[in-house]
Amino acid sequence: MAIEPRKPPPQFVARLQRALGGRAGWGGFVVQILFVAALAWIAYEIVANARANLQAQRITAGFGFMANTAGFDVNQNLIPYSGSDSYTRVFLVGLFNTLAVSVVGIFFATILGFLVALGRLSPNWLLARIAGGYVELIRNLPLLFQILFWYLAVLAALPGPRQSVSLFGSFFLSNRGFVVPKPIGSPGFEPFAFAIVVAVVGSLLLQRYARKQLFDHGRMIRIWPYVLGMLIGLPLVSSLVFGAPVRFEIPELRGFNFAGGSRVIPEFVALAVALATYTAAFIAEIVRAGIQSVHKGQMEAGSSLGLQRGSTLRLIVVPQAMRVILPPLTNQYLNLTKNSSLAVAIGYPDLVSVFAGTTLSQTGQAIEIIALTMGVYLLISLVTSAIMSFYGWRLGRSLSQ
Amino acid sequence: MKRVSLVFTLAFAAAFSSQAATAQTLKTVKDRGMLSCGVSQGLPGFSSPDDKGNWTGFDVDICRAIAAAVFNDPSKIKFVPLSAKDRFTALQSGEIDVLSRNTTWTLSRDTSLGANFTGVTYYDGQGFMVKKSLKVNSALELNSASVCVQTGTTTEQNLADYFKGNNMKYEVIAFGTNDEAVKAYESGRCDVFTTDVSGLYADRLKLANAADHVVLPEVISKEPLGPMVRHGDDQWFDIVKWTLYAMITAEELGITQKNVDEMAKSTKPEMKRVFGTDGNLGEQLGLTKDWVSRIVKAVGNYGEAFDRNVGAGSKLGIARGINALWTKGGIQYAPPIR
Repeated sequence: MAIEPRKPPPQFVARLQRALGGRAGWGGFVVQILFVAALAWIAYEIVANARANLQAQRITAGFGFMANTAGFDVNQNLIPYSGSDSYTRVFLVGLFNTLAVSVVGIFFATILGFLVALGRLSPNWLLARIAGGYVELIRNLPLLFQILFWYLAVLAALPGPRQSVSLFGSFFLSNRGFVVPKPIGSPGFEPFAFAIVVAVVGSLLLQRYARKQLFDHGRMIRIWPYVLGMLIGLPLVSSLVFGAPVRFEIPELRGFNFAGGSRVIPEFVALAVALATYTAAFIAEIVRAGIQSVHKGQMEAGSSLGLQRGSTLRLIVVPQAMRVILPPLTNQYLNLTKNSSLAVAIGYPDLVSVFAGTTLSQTGQAIEIIALTMGVYLLISLVTSAIMSFYGWRLGRSLSQ
Repeated sequence: MKRVSLVFTLAFAAAFSSQAATAQTLKTVKDRGMLSCGVSQGLPGFSSPDDKGNWTGFDVDICRAIAAAVFNDPSKIKFVPLSAKDRFTALQSGEIDVLSRNTTWTLSRDTSLGANFTGVTYYDGQGFMVKKSLKVNSALELNSASVCVQTGTTTEQNLADYFKGNNMKYEVIAFGTNDEAVKAYESGRCDVFTTDVSGLYADRLKLANAADHVVLPEVISKEPLGPMVRHGDDQWFDIVKWTLYAMITAEELGITQKNVDEMAKSTKPEMKRVFGTDGNLGEQLGLTKDWVSRIVKAVGNYGEAFDRNVGAGSKLGIARGINALWTKGGIQYAPPIR
């Protein structure tokens, strides 16, 4: 009589057991539950105790204050805001200001960082030394010092509003910022926007068609005259038929300052420049390390194919280097965003300044406000990381193909 | 960073202490052998350190008076310089025993911060300073101006109210510290600098050419400045409150730093109560019988402290105005010591 082999446990149950209990099996599972329960209990005790103690000291707790009227003004608001809006609105205004300076800073830091890295690797002796000097100088000076330098340097160099530098009588540069004509939507705006969308979609379709022709039949089609024609022609036709899409509000000096127009405040410029140049020095080193991590045979292979140095870098080396560059580059993006909180030193109304500063001082809700601010920075950082991971995932997929 | 660490102190104190850190501030201070006093980061006349690190000023003298009353030694103080936005957190977290930092008494601060104002040391109001070259004579001519201000103060709200109330436009640039705001004003970023009038006079001394700047006549708000203590310790609240009243009473009775020993021998019933030769009023506060003479010996009476720090005897040269005694046309008034 044959011995029946013992049936293996069902896959699913075995997996679940391993995931929850580890090697200890179901016993480990119980320990884990107890551990989580203990953590939850401690967390609950901390919150409850804090609430009770704050109440005993008659310090108001909770987020009820967010609906109260703020009663103070902010000098850069990307969403409509006035002093009679609530603290919630202040929070959003500060958040958008933080995001604005971070996005602009990241954009320019990336471009400048790549340029400096390529300069440092360049066979041109002078260019390589200048790029090297830039990195060593910038990354070794404290950021706060650099922000103050840019702010005071910018302010000192610029004239007052009444002596401002004027371009074409409609652009003005002074120590109150850079004032430009403000576009205001006219009736012709909607057809104009529609024309642009049609032109862009048409161009993309045309490009797809050209690629397909190239890959399938080896035919090279010159599409750029049609693309250019569409991108310029369609909006032009629209504005001729339906009228100009926008009119411009020209700024003029009235009293102490310029009235009308859009304005970039000097605080924003100083902060963005300081963050971009500072972070670019670190990005340059990361990019250099990434490029040097690619085997130099790749470079030689490129030149033996007859590609120029620039094309070899762009088409062969940098895509491979990106895998190495990406994780530390993400770190730099996160650092830049967090460093933007130094804004308060030069009066730029970022989240920390208007919310964790003025709002905190007016309401005294220190724990709630700091917790919310920390949560927001955490969220921004996680979103940035997620975007970069997604990019890395796509890059890895395309490289392995 | 300081602010964040303060917040954590507060959060941990709130989260882990089994009972709120109320009551017994006097005992804590005596055990420590030191009064911990929150002051500004440097406002001449009110609280500023000299080149040797000695703090002087009107707000500083309030702390010195408290230390004198408790220890009979006005030097037993640790001064903690605080920015406008850190000050309440420092008090809530127990880092300081008393906040004497040109702080405006408002209802919301009195009720929601877990702290109490003990009295008014200086009746102030908010004003504006501009460059003389702008040829502005009134704050009502400031339409469309750029205004520099320190963040985290009642100043920002008063400013918004004033310009809105007068249908004027303006641009506000708010800085983390007072010095940064003054610096930006001086560099031309703003047309106007605004803070309490006493502060304007003090800050004008810091400018390269003080005579080029003028303080406008309008006073746009009520800013009663006073010390703050934590909520829930009535004994400590009383001590800080009556320290100020002792100084005002001393001025009323003509007791000065010079003649205090002489006056202590007085046989007038009122004087005997004040000096503790009759009754035990000082002990009822938790202090000693001679608490008033300790205070006056250390810092003088209210008028002397005012003159020395902000008044005629100082660089600021601010007139007594409404800060004169009630008997001399002002509103400084102390309840009777009896």
